[in-house]
This record gives sequence, C-alpha cells and structure tokens, in this order.
Amino acid sequence: MSSVAVKNVKSSGLKKQKGVLEHIMLNKSLYILLVPGLIYYLIFYYFPMYGVTMAFKDFDMFSGLFSSEWVGLLHFKNLFTSETFFKVFRNSILISIYKLFFNFPVPIVLAILLNEVKNIYFKKSIQTIVYLPYFLSWVVIAGIVINLLSPSTGVVNTLLKSMGHEPINFLANKSYFRSIIVLSDLWRTMGWNTVIYLAALTGVDPELYESARIDGAGRFHQITRITLPCIRSTIIVLLLLKVGNIMNNGFEQIFMLYNPMVYEVGDVFETYVYRLGLVEARYDFSTAVGLFKSVIAFIMLVGANTLARKFGERGIF
Amino acid sequence: MKIRKNSYEKAFDIVNYTILSILGIICLYPIINVFAISFSSYPAYVRHPLMIFPREIELTSYERIFTNPLLISSYKNTVFVTIVGTLNSLLLTVMTAYPLAKSKVRGSRGIMLYIIFTMFFNGGIIPTYMVVKTLNLLDTLWALILPTAMSTYNFIIVRNFLETIPDSIEESAKIDGAGHIRILFELVIPLSKPVLATIALFYAVANWNRFFESYMYITQRSKWTLTLLLREIVSDNADIMNVTDPTAADTVFPKTMQCATIVATTLPILFSYPFLQRYFIKGIMLGAVKG
Repeated sequence: MSSVAVKNVKSSGLKKQKGVLEHIMLNKSLYILLVPGLIYYLIFYYFPMYGVTMAFKDFDMFSGLFSSEWVGLLHFKNLFTSETFFKVFRNSILISIYKLFFNFPVPIVLAILLNEVKNIYFKKSIQTIVYLPYFLSWVVIAGIVINLLSPSTGVVNTLLKSMGHEPINFLANKSYFRSIIVLSDLWRTMGWNTVIYLAALTGVDPELYESARIDGAGRFHQITRITLPCIRSTIIVLLLLKVGNIMNNGFEQIFMLYNPMVYEVGDVFETYVYRLGLVEARYDFSTAVGLFKSVIAFIMLVGANTLARKFGERGIF
Repeated sequence: MKIRKNSYEKAFDIVNYTILSILGIICLYPIINVFAISFSSYPAYVRHPLMIFPREIELTSYERIFTNPLLISSYKNTVFVTIVGTLNSLLLTVMTAYPLAKSKVRGSRGIMLYIIFTMFFNGGIIPTYMVVKTLNLLDTLWALILPTAMSTYNFIIVRNFLETIPDSIEESAKIDGAGHIRILFELVIPLSKPVLATIALFYAVANWNRFFESYMYITQRSKWTLTLLLREIVSDNADIMNVTDPTAADTVFPKTMQCATIVATTLPILFSYPFLQRYFIKGIMLGAVKG
C-alpha cells in the first residue's frame, strides 16, 4: 500500500516536470488567449518600470534612454534640496489626510441613516440622487464648482452679497483652496461609497432587527449592535485602501481647479510631475520625483494590505 | 412609556428625512441649475443665475454649439474611443481572466502576481508617456484606447466571477469534444453576461470621461475628445483672474453656452443612468463577493 503511494508521488513529480510542455501543447488555445494580456502588461506597465532608470540618468532626447549618461543620485540630491518638492510632498499628504478625516465617515453615517428609512421610494430616490455626481467627469464638476463659486454670479457669492459681505474669489484664495478640493471630492464620491455600504447591508437578515425590537432595543442600539458590526469589514477594507492610496490625489481634480495663485497650497505630485516633465521637458528630474512618489506609495499599499490581513480581512487584493 | 418611545422614534424619523432631503438637494441642485441655464436666454441668466427652471426658454446655445465643427469632431472621437475602447477592453479582460480562473494554465500564480504587482507599483507619468511616444501613438486615438485597455480591478472581478462557474458545466462540454475557445465563447461568456455588462459600463464611463490621457497624448484639435473641448470652454480661468469685471469672460463663451456644452457632453451618461445604476450596484456586490 505504502509503496503504491510512493510510486504515485514519484510519478506525479515526474509528470509535472515534463508535463508543462505537454500541457502547453495539449491546451495551446488556453495559452494563446493569455498572450495579448501579458503583452499589454509588459508594454504599458513593465516597460515604464524599466523607464524609471531615467531618474538616474542625464536624459538626452536624441541619444535615447539606453545611451544617455548615468548620473547616479544627482536628481535625488537636487530633489531633496528643493523647496518646491517639500511643499508638493506636504500638499499631497495634507489633502489626502483632510479627505480621509472629513470625507471618510460621511458615507458610513449616510448609509446608516438610509438604512433606517422605511419608505422604500424615498430611500431609492435619495440613493439614486446622491450617487449621480459620481458619473460626472472632473471637467464637468470643475465647471459646476467654478460656476457656484464665481465672484459675480455664483450662488455662494450671491448669498454673501445679500448678507452685505464683499464677494470672495474662492478659487484664487490660498485659505479656501484645500477646503474646495475636499468638499468637491465629498460631493462627487459620498453617494458612491454609501452605496457600497448599503450593498454590504443588504445581506443582513431583517429578522435580526425584528428580534432586537421585540427585546426592546431602540434605534440607537440597533445601529450600534447590528448595523455597524455588519459593515465593519467593509469599513476596514475601504479605510485601508484609502490609507494605502494616501500619495495619490488624482491629477484631474486638482488640475481642473487650481491656478498659479494657489500652487503653494494645491500643487500635488501628479500636477507637479506633469508640469516639470511635459511642460518644462525636464524628463529625468520629473521621473525622479515620480519614482519617489511610487516608492512611498508602494510602501503604504503593502503596509495597508498587511494590516488588513492582520485584522482578519482577506486583504485588499 | 410607550408614548414616549413613539415620539422619540417620530423625532428621529423627522430629523433623518430632513437630513437626507437636504443632502439630496445639495447633490441635485447644481446639476439642475446647469440644465436650466442651458435652455435659457442670456439676459434671463444674468437676472436669475440661481434658477431651477429655465427662463425665457430658447435653444440658441444648443444651435451654436452643435454647429461648431470642433464639437462635432470631438463628439465623434469620444464615441469612437468609447465604443472601440470598451469592446477591446472587454475582450482583452475576458481572454486574460479565463485561463487564469481555476488555474487552468501552469504558472497561474506567477502570472497573477505579474498582473497584480502593477496595482502596487508603477513607472509613473513620464516613463509611460515615453512608451506611448516610442510606439508612435501620440496624437492618435489609439493612445486613448491601448494604454488603458485593461483595468486590473475589472480583471479581478471577472476572474472571481469565472471561478464561481461550476466545473461540471465545462467538463460536460469538454466530453462533447468542445475546445477551450468554443467553451469560452459559447458557454462561459453567455453565462457571464451580468458581470460583463457591469465591467462594460465601468469601462464605458471611464472612456467617456477620460481626460488625463487625452490631455497628455493629444495635441491636434481634430483628434480632441469632449473632455478637452469642455475644459477649454468651461474652466475659463478668466473668471477667476478677473474679479472686477467678471462679464469679460462671459463674452468669449457665455455661461448659457458653457452650460449647454456641459449638458450635451453629459447627456449620454445621464440617459444610460438607469442601466448604470442597476449594473453598478450588481458590480459592487460582485466585487464584495471576492472579499
């Protein structure tokens, strides 16, 4: 009996070694299906990863990446002595933290409130309305924001004027810019995230609430004892995803709304790299800035993912 | 005791409905306002900029934008990118996900790592731009289709869905002598319609709203997409720069026309909203299943 087992192990080991080629020959079509996808990732993700070597070279458009001269850490030395770099670093992190702090809890509260609504039509309509903005592109939202905040005709300034205040040019004012970014982000994403929590809540057995009510639990108790525990893991995963992405502010929102008057408080990595690289054509230096960002982002993401697993979640990916 | 509890419940409901209604208005008002302005005459807009219903209804703004050749070519380009890009993305995603679901090929784990690693680390804006430039894709619509052809997130959703298809279905087809390609196209894809519809909409909305790639890779106006046109018209910084004479900006592109452009470019998305709604929620559920 044991010898049979040994024989089986041996033969399966052998089979595996010579089996790869055989498996490919027998299932050619399966491997052919994979090829375009693998090439796609190679060209558009792994070639650029090789391209980051530009950050250590004195890049010359005419001689190309291969034959450009190595300069070691020169660009990074310049980077860490640049004042703008630290401002950009600070802005990127601050804006993300503000978004996390102010915008993260809103959808949770909103989902709980919607979950308490008994009128199904009211619930559905509010749900539909609040996540409509998610489908608008940032160009459109920027148009709406500029409209709303316009010093001459915007709603906000019309209200200010009617109360006897001077109109404020919000988008050109350093003390308002980050708030505008945080609020417009809230406007766009709160409904979407609410729907994610509501989707997690659809799995809850209504009988749980029923029996809690019979036991005399009030609304507040039902929320803290049933609703919140049910969306706990969704909250953790979304929170860690946010923390992992703290270096990414997204190019479009900032780019659409900022202007030179608020660079000081609003310039983030994406916009800075774009201006340095594609406007000023300092390819090597801007690649170094981008690489710095990617490395920090990588550490944050891996850290967040490890934490998620520690919390007993399956991790983000 | 009972009465007190009921009045507490009532108060809670009133506060709750009020808060939710206010949030609903905050989300909807700016969109309705833009809509109303786009159908109004310019003088009416100047008098009532905060309107909810159109005043002195007229279609001149729409007539003017729809006779603008740049808008028409941008519309065509956007439709092309959305249709071709979405079909291409769908095909590529399914083709890649199918062999990797249930580890049908050798080395599946390694290949998954190869794909998922790109979610954690990327080369950044400039090296990607260089690749697109080297491939001679600059100033072609393919630059808006190929570099973003596959979303790793959508790939994971599809692969997870394919894992849930019972083995027995594929087995019995195999016994009937069907090859992998036939099983994929005649059996697996029809079974995956809900998940494919979901990611098709994810891709389509992303393609329609795409700005960053268009802005980086396209310079010729004839190759412009709607988002580029919209940016030129809408974020006219003149209004921000000029507080004393705000109407100066309006003379170039009156607000009524800006709003008409916003409506015209967003309408397809708003029209498909009922479908989007149904499938996006399904998509979230599918995404949640994996967790």
